[in-house]
Amino acid sequence: MLGKTAVEKEVQFEEEVKDPNPGVLPQETKEKNKSKIIKSIIYIVLTLMAIICFIPFLMMLVNATRSNEAILSGFTLIPGTALMENYWTMMEYVNIWTGFKNSLIISVLVTVLSGYFSALTAYGFAFYTFKGKNFLFVFMLVMMMVPGQLGLIGFYELSKNLGILDTYIPLIVPTIASPFVVFFLRQYIQTTLHPSLIEAARIDGASEFKIFHTVAIPIMMPAVATMSIFTFIGSWNNYIMPLVILFSPEKYTLPVLMGFLKGSQVAQNLGSMYLGIAISVVPIMIAFLFLSKYIVNSISAGSVKE
Amino acid sequence: MKNVNKYGYFFIAPFWIIFLIFSIYPVALTFYYSFTNYTGSGVAEVVGLANYKRLFTDTYFVEAFFNTWKIWGINFILQIGLALILALIFSDMRMKLRGLAFFRSIFYLPNLITISSVALLFGILLDWQHGSLNMILLKIGLISEPINWLNEPTTAQLSVSLILTWMWFGHSFIVVMAGVSGISKDYYEAALIDGANRFQTFTKITLPLLKPILLYIMITSLIGGLQLFDLPMLITDGIGSPDGSLNTMVLYLYNQAFKYNNYGYASAVAYGLFVITLIFSAIVFKGMYGKERKQARQV
Repeated sequence: MLGKTAVEKEVQFEEEVKDPNPGVLPQETKEKNKSKIIKSIIYIVLTLMAIICFIPFLMMLVNATRSNEAILSGFTLIPGTALMENYWTMMEYVNIWTGFKNSLIISVLVTVLSGYFSALTAYGFAFYTFKGKNFLFVFMLVMMMVPGQLGLIGFYELSKNLGILDTYIPLIVPTIASPFVVFFLRQYIQTTLHPSLIEAARIDGASEFKIFHTVAIPIMMPAVATMSIFTFIGSWNNYIMPLVILFSPEKYTLPVLMGFLKGSQVAQNLGSMYLGIAISVVPIMIAFLFLSKYIVNSISAGSVKE
Repeated sequence: MKNVNKYGYFFIAPFWIIFLIFSIYPVALTFYYSFTNYTGSGVAEVVGLANYKRLFTDTYFVEAFFNTWKIWGINFILQIGLALILALIFSDMRMKLRGLAFFRSIFYLPNLITISSVALLFGILLDWQHGSLNMILLKIGLISEPINWLNEPTTAQLSVSLILTWMWFGHSFIVVMAGVSGISKDYYEAALIDGANRFQTFTKITLPLLKPILLYIMITSLIGGLQLFDLPMLITDGIGSPDGSLNTMVLYLYNQAFKYNNYGYASAVAYGLFVITLIFSAIVFKGMYGKERKQARQV
């Protein structure tokens, strides 16, 4: 009964539309149908692309739960039962959580240090006039173009001579000087913080550093947060530096540990390999689930503002 | 009122102290090493331009140069093409597609994952006999016998290119989309009234106005691409197998320095890489803005 009325209504509707101008409208509905088909095709293609983006991760997750023999014999999307077995095989040789902890410690410290000191430097460049300021700023911009690998060998030698190889110091301390973050924050604070606000604070008797901490930092916070995401991701994913600097497996960061995993006994057991990779990937995916909107907006902002 | 400007130095001092020690000094030291035969221990003996002469005649370096370009080039064309098509579809006013936020996030996801994990994952997914990819392709019937993805130079390079595309097209899409949304709707409305079709709207309005954004993507991608290291290192044996086809410039630098202890020569490789990056960035800049300046003068 209900279905009938719906159909009837539809027919009625179509007739209503057709009635007033019968010569033009059928073609228009045809066009509409055509664009509807195109739209559906586009949605199908987009969905396929989304599946392609996700399928390697899906394979990884499924295989992480399957035993080595099962993986060797063929692929299926049905999860296996060897998850814990794989886990213990992996843990026997490589403690992936140590890598996790190390990466987390380094990345958090790097993000905090780079955020704070870049804000400090950006503020110094933006609101004081002193001799050599322009030269230093331009020099910093030029150095920004220099790829990280250029100084790699010198950096290794320096760390060796300072006796800080196989420590986290060469991975953390140098990020106090992050030219790109300074550049971004300076652009930002110049447009958002009016000098009169600083003047007012000075008249109230606040010291220069107090002004920075109580007036400038809160205003800069959104830009610092944006940059922090990229600093954190960059540090988390950094491979070549910790690979060169660290020797002791218990100090390895996650990416280096991944390379270590490949060369270890674990590589004999594909299920454990997949599980190790999955453990390194899944937390990032979960974090992204909550932060995706924010991250996407940050990328857009970073590229358009310049 | 007292002069507060001297405080400027206090604010920028920490940055510059660290910058001088950990950035400038290593770059200078590497430059010095590039004229020596330093091997990581003992005394560095100055050998003049010998390392640079060797660089130009080193077939491995030249090969690494072309490998890097091939891998980056294929990836870039696919990546930017996909990003543009997607941006075109999603910005089409007549189509009114939904789910932009959803697709954008999904497409971007691979970019966030640690490259080392990606390399390891594909290393085993693309395995000849036991890799899940071949198993699936065989099951569907797309191929009749397993493809040895990572054992043939051509397919190995292609695989790395495609993985890079997979990782980066979402990022480029977001950036292009940001550029597209910055273009005033008035242009599109005017084009609609003038009866321009989709292709014309795209080539005459969207593309020219996207130029700065495309330049940004190209330069950043080029600089990143020339430094390709993690993926080729971890996906096969770490020295560029098969047949040296995955030997990229930075991988070569790394192996020369930390595997074979040729610090002096590796330093020269680093500077060679730097000069190459500079030259190609300049060419990209000129190619995209040089023409414009000429046109402006003519007008």
